Amino acid sequence: MSLRNAACIAGAFEHPTRLAPDMTTPQLHAECAAGALADAGLSLSDVDGYFCATDAPGFGPISMIDYLGLTVRHTDSTEMGGCTYIQHVAHAAQAIATGKCSVALITLAGRPRSEAVQRFRPGAPESAFEQWVGLTNHTSYGMCAGRHMHEFGTTSEQLAWIKVAASHHAQHNPHAMLPKVVTVEDVVNSPTIADPLHRLDCCVTTDGGGALVVVSPEIARTLNRPVISLLGAGEATKGPSGGLALDLTTSAAAQSGPRAFEEAGVTPADIKYASIYDSFTITVLLQLEDLGFCAKGEGGKFVADGNLISGSGKLPFNTDGGGLCNNHPMFRGGITKVIEAVRQLRGEAAPAVQVPNCDLAVATGIGGSLGARHGAATIILERQS
Amino acid sequence: MSTRKLLAPQPNPETDAFWDGLGEGVLRIKTCESCGQPHYYPRHICPHCGSEKTRWLESAGCGEIYSLSVMRRGEGAPFAVAYVTLDEGPALMTNLVADDLDTLAIGQRVRLAPQASDADTVGDGPSLPFFTPSGD
Ligand SMILES: [Zn+2]
Repeated sequence: MSLRNAACIAGAFEHPTRLAPDMTTPQLHAECAAGALADAGLSLSDVDGYFCATDAPGFGPISMIDYLGLTVRHTDSTEMGGCTYIQHVAHAAQAIATGKCSVALITLAGRPRSEAVQRFRPGAPESAFEQWVGLTNHTSYGMCAGRHMHEFGTTSEQLAWIKVAASHHAQHNPHAMLPKVVTVEDVVNSPTIADPLHRLDCCVTTDGGGALVVVSPEIARTLNRPVISLLGAGEATKGPSGGLALDLTTSAAAQSGPRAFEEAGVTPADIKYASIYDSFTITVLLQLEDLGFCAKGEGGKFVADGNLISGSGKLPFNTDGGGLCNNHPMFRGGITKVIEAVRQLRGEAAPAVQVPNCDLAVATGIGGSLGARHGAATIILERQS
Repeated sequence: MSTRKLLAPQPNPETDAFWDGLGEGVLRIKTCESCGQPHYYPRHICPHCGSEKTRWLESAGCGEIYSLSVMRRGEGAPFAVAYVTLDEGPALMTNLVADDLDTLAIGQRVRLAPQASDADTVGDGPSLPFFTPSGD
């Protein structure tokens, strides 16, 4: 069974807040759910499938389904870090294709700026061997960038172009956390956080969230919205595998990407718009190579000179400003990647960054820790005529 | 030396021998009698082939830096996080110690330099497998 055209994204909503000291996390989930359902022209009573991950407080779907007032016949709390929600779209399509539900609601929310949040569950088998190392995402992704520079001659200036492109897009987003356009010099002259990554190589930290509504093709055709169909999906995980397979210059997207493209029956050259998970600039670079937008090691040259800027570059990416400049709610940029892809396919992106005739898009992400062990999820979306 | 707290590893039956060895200055990794391949961090069951026939193997404690990143901000900064590829094959995540962290580089030879962790209460906890340039 293929997921090609098995389901459609009918609703997408990004919460406008970036700082929510006076709200609760469940409330944010509920506001996102309401927003996505309203966008689709559906209501809570239409939902018969619910998807959430560990950002959902309490007992995951059991707590949230009761809180939201849902009655569902299918739940999924798949967890793969920040890219989970891209994966949830594919899992929702699987559930819809097998008749387990017909209207799936996916929510993400959190308030890392307003409350202490637990990001990792204790007791991981690697903990005793790694927790004392002081590995943060900065050093984890820093090691990937350092190795990529060592093997391929990638430069800090090339990585900086990724932030520059995101900032060019963020200036047109009234909700963006960092709406100011920056230059390559601004990025490389910002303080080093963890070699070779500078402060401006990092994404923002935001309170907020988002939601998606995935429906059967039959339901999608009854709604007064453009039909955005899932063409293909892939997922993968990668780790050091006992220390013999350590390779910090290739991500699990080298597996999830080709799987998604094969199922969709399209190639990277066909893609009009790309949402690429951007926790750090290096995260984008590796995924561009791993999805096949350029050869391994050529990512630095590919992103340089504004090639990712909508309107002038060859591959418009993260036209909302991405996690680098707009929003990275709860340290998780997966759902916002799907939301901006949906906006582009509907023609609802900010006019200055809207890609003309955008009928085919990819959303791809990394979850976990790229330099330690991580997952990847990729989906290909098409606007049906 | 860094002032950050070096979290003491919690002992468990699967890895006690690793920490005991390190207390004696010996880095033990695991190898597999079924597939012949070593692994790190140590597991009861081989991650390469699924065999239970794993046994401890003394590493010479020498290797080279695969990649590193010096943390410049926050508690105990600066400190160097790295992967070291052991001569026996497996890579391990570690901290590098050096008088000048800016002299550390990918490909540099390093050797084991056990470092006491901070116990949960007072005194020293189990030794940790830090590495330092070996000069060869
Ligand atoms: Zn084996």
